[in-house]
Amino acid sequence: MSEAAAHPAVHQHTAPTGFIRKYVFSVDHKVIGLQYYGLAIVAVVIGMALSWLMRLHLGWATLPIPGLEKLSPAGAPGNVMTPEYYLSLMTMHGTIMVFFVLTTAPFAGFGNYFLPIQVGAADMAFPRMNMMSFWVTFVAFLALMSAFFVPGGPPISGWTAYAPLSAVGQTSGPGEGWGQTMWAVSIAIFCVGQLLGSLNFIATTLDLRTRGMSLARLPLSTWAWFITSVIGLMAFAVLLPACILLILDRTAGTSFFLPSGLVFGDQMLPHSGGSPLLWQHLFWFFGHPEVYIAILPAIGIISHILPAFLRKPPLGPRVLVGCIASIGFLSYMVWGHHMFVSGMNPFSAILFSVPTLVITIPATIATLLWIGSVYGSRMQFTTAALFCLGFISVFTTGGLSGFFLAQPTIDTYLHATYFVVAHFHFVMAVAAIFGMFAGTYFWMPKMVGRMMNETLGKIHFWLTFVGVYCIFMPMHYIGLAGNVRRYAAFTDNFLVPLIPVHKFITIAALLTGAAQFLFLFNLIWTRFRGPKAADNPWGATSLEWSTTSPPPFDNFGGRQLVVHQEAYLYGVEGASADFIMQTSSETVEKP
Amino acid sequence: MGKTFTIVLVAITVVSAAFFIFHGQLLWLPEDVSVHGPGIDHQLMETMVGTGILFLLGQLVLCVFVWQSSGRKEGWKPRTFPGGPKPMVISAILAVGLEILALSFVGSKVWAGMYMNTPDSQALHIDVQAGQFAFYFRYAGPDSKFGELHPEKINQADGNFFGLDPRNDVAARDDVVTATMAIPVDRPIQLTMHSQDVIHSFYVRELRIHQDIVPGLMIPLHFTANKTGRFEIACTQLCGLGHYEMRAFLEVMPQDKFDAWLKQQESQ
Amino acid sequence: MSELELSAETGHAGLMEGSPYGIPSGKLAMWCFVLSDAVTFSALLFAYGYLRVGSPDWSTPFLFSPSIVNGLVMTFVLLSSGLTMLASVEAAKAGHTAAGTRWLWATCALGALFAVLHLLEWRRMIEEGWGLFRNPTGGSTEFGAAFFCVTGLHLLHVVGGVFALAIIALGFRRGKYNRIDVEVTGIYWHFVDLVWMFVFPLVYLMNAK
Repeated sequence: MSEAAAHPAVHQHTAPTGFIRKYVFSVDHKVIGLQYYGLAIVAVVIGMALSWLMRLHLGWATLPIPGLEKLSPAGAPGNVMTPEYYLSLMTMHGTIMVFFVLTTAPFAGFGNYFLPIQVGAADMAFPRMNMMSFWVTFVAFLALMSAFFVPGGPPISGWTAYAPLSAVGQTSGPGEGWGQTMWAVSIAIFCVGQLLGSLNFIATTLDLRTRGMSLARLPLSTWAWFITSVIGLMAFAVLLPACILLILDRTAGTSFFLPSGLVFGDQMLPHSGGSPLLWQHLFWFFGHPEVYIAILPAIGIISHILPAFLRKPPLGPRVLVGCIASIGFLSYMVWGHHMFVSGMNPFSAILFSVPTLVITIPATIATLLWIGSVYGSRMQFTTAALFCLGFISVFTTGGLSGFFLAQPTIDTYLHATYFVVAHFHFVMAVAAIFGMFAGTYFWMPKMVGRMMNETLGKIHFWLTFVGVYCIFMPMHYIGLAGNVRRYAAFTDNFLVPLIPVHKFITIAALLTGAAQFLFLFNLIWTRFRGPKAADNPWGATSLEWSTTSPPPFDNFGGRQLVVHQEAYLYGVEGASADFIMQTSSETVEKP
Repeated sequence: MGKTFTIVLVAITVVSAAFFIFHGQLLWLPEDVSVHGPGIDHQLMETMVGTGILFLLGQLVLCVFVWQSSGRKEGWKPRTFPGGPKPMVISAILAVGLEILALSFVGSKVWAGMYMNTPDSQALHIDVQAGQFAFYFRYAGPDSKFGELHPEKINQADGNFFGLDPRNDVAARDDVVTATMAIPVDRPIQLTMHSQDVIHSFYVRELRIHQDIVPGLMIPLHFTANKTGRFEIACTQLCGLGHYEMRAFLEVMPQDKFDAWLKQQESQ
Repeated sequence: MSELELSAETGHAGLMEGSPYGIPSGKLAMWCFVLSDAVTFSALLFAYGYLRVGSPDWSTPFLFSPSIVNGLVMTFVLLSSGLTMLASVEAAKAGHTAAGTRWLWATCALGALFAVLHLLEWRRMIEEGWGLFRNPTGGSTEFGAAFFCVTGLHLLHVVGGVFALAIIALGFRRGKYNRIDVEVTGIYWHFVDLVWMFVFPLVYLMNAK
């Protein structure tokens, strides 16, 4: 490997020329970061549209939705969704959102753009491998999208793809032919892309920090990206073989996840010896760290942004890093809490429950640190700041519902109900996305050199903040009432009385979804018409604000930055301004 | 903006909490009819109160700090939380830690009571078969012996849901197969559950029981119902296109009514 | 090695913070890759163990001759390739490019020999009736699945390594690659060797007749 390390000042880094080299096959981490971000935007629009279709069907199961039959003649004859089509939309919704939105935007998107800049490097440690990791992820996305168009349509087994439903092939249901195989292929390719990305993040954080940027001076966002990549390195490494084994079971006649005696349509299948629980163990050993991979970058991002608008240092940043690291570490010990009623040994339920509950401790400390940071501040309520505050609120709500599910006795009742759906949507769909929004409003001026419209942003925030509570808070109530999840429709006497709540949720979801178009419009408007941004419009301290907006191709215009300060010197008594940048050599006399 | 945030979040918090507190019949667990259920319900209430307090405190304290923050004038010198991060760490470890200890300790006892004790020798054994998209139940019949299962003999059209072989298997001849599960009240029930195709799940809300049925495994589950009534058995593990309609019914009846019911089933 | 030399090697030239592990990025990345790949193999071995423990009719078909003998020979070949790899790295560190290249080719050849022996063994087993879901002895069909998947993934890594060694050997001779690149390749190769030291006992010896 001749590019064993980038050479910031020594290396003759020439700017790329030509459209393809600049914007398509670019090795510039900034372009790659924007490509990931763009992929995530496309994915989130598709994922959100799928959720609207799902919610419409749940509120009004017999409602014909205009145009649906054109989209899928088999899935929606007469424009009315069949149950299997609902399940396939649900599967694709979950898969797209978890992988191509939550693992992509906050981590690969912003991380790729800002990690090298925040450590003071000219690029990632392995720029070509970085480019490869994006295009591999892109190919994975195409493979997943192809599931919509293959014979049989998308799979119906949920993003969790439990065997045997996902492993026997066409026999178990519509979409379980080519659709499920393309799903598994896509996810396997995605794992490779993430692995390559993680290697880059780790090497860059450890090796390419500029002089003076000790680990203790790293911004909290960089710490979060770094810890997330370490988690990802080991999590995706388990999902990859699991998907390959699934593909083998489906196509090569193996029985890793298939026991003997399976009967479909009165025909017994020839498989024998396998275990459906094996899939669950492998999947959730990946799956639980994965949800922390989804949230930790958002935690890092809002922890980074909040101090800039509080104009005071964050409370206990080192403790916060410790919390992020311990959450990452503990995330490997809790996977069985998805399997409390799975049929595994009941004793193991207690074993998994304890670390699951223990994870609440660092999560609580982090929340208290954020709330404690707001104390004694004079806050600037920009859109980015509002999304940070919103994050604290929704992360608290989502985290607390986890407390119920972490206990096997309570999970006995709440497993597979809407209570679970409420929990994971609050922490992933809401909290992590709020982190993405905060990051966008904060960093867009740096990335495109133009300020976003604050009025539109604030309207977007209010509509979204109220909207998400209207969508997901009621799900706790119907979950407690025993509303089972992953049902295409509610037709029995027990659940029919809850349909009015579903109708409310649907309307809230559609309105909140519509509000997101304000955000999309704002993005596009900013790119072309936004007022020019200064180098440091927020008066922030970290290294990305020590360069132009947008930064030049080598980030700092050939300069080698030297860092003299910690990351969050806001409101320092006796300083010349209410913030001291990391590159500043100002020393302040302690009063 | 800060004051607006506070008002909005206070409203959200109060309304959300109100629905938890004033839930009525609709938005709450149905009445418990099992012997082990009170343990679960108690655990749930404890957790609800604990997390409810943390929810209110967390959101409202954030609101207070935001309100104060937005009321400050230009030139305000920022103040650090008294004690720095230490009170946060200590209170989290103490409050959450103690709560976890308490819940785990009590919860393990309840869990062990459900899963880790020996079933009653007087229990009524019922065999449960799950398949796309129905549950079937089997009683041992007068000989109190269950016939062997032969998956290759399963035939939906002939009604041989369990794959029994009455021709060659004496014990199978008097097995009673039904689509509704009837049980006597106040009698320990021992279920053995198996699936013929994909993973299903057996969920009876009122009984507070929930167990995945995994192909390849024979899964035991025991409980005792202490109230009569008709309750829904719902499948909660995604099993295919018919998942949302996969359900059966549990009839809990007095012992004498149950005996009569079983006799009637046997004669068919 | 002094920090200055280390920095010069990696081009940092005293302008950057030293890496906390004091190694260039390429080596760090390879260690991270090895960690990740180890987890992949562990997942596969876990699956194998899980199925084996749950299986009532697991086969143990490996006779001492030819299977275990063949396995021992393959082990010897791979361990030897580890030694030649070490020699190559030492020679490269000392600046002896020609010797380093020779040892690289030796490693490459031994790796190729391992792959050939492995494929011959596979062919023999397939001829005997073994397959991904076929067991000629009538025992659990999981045996074939586990065997071919675990050894297959390892073989894939060996073959990949053989190609990498060849490319590095050609480039090292010409000066395109330096001794760090040889070390990085060495880390990978030793990892492949280490995995075999788990695969051989767990898959071969545990299934000996």
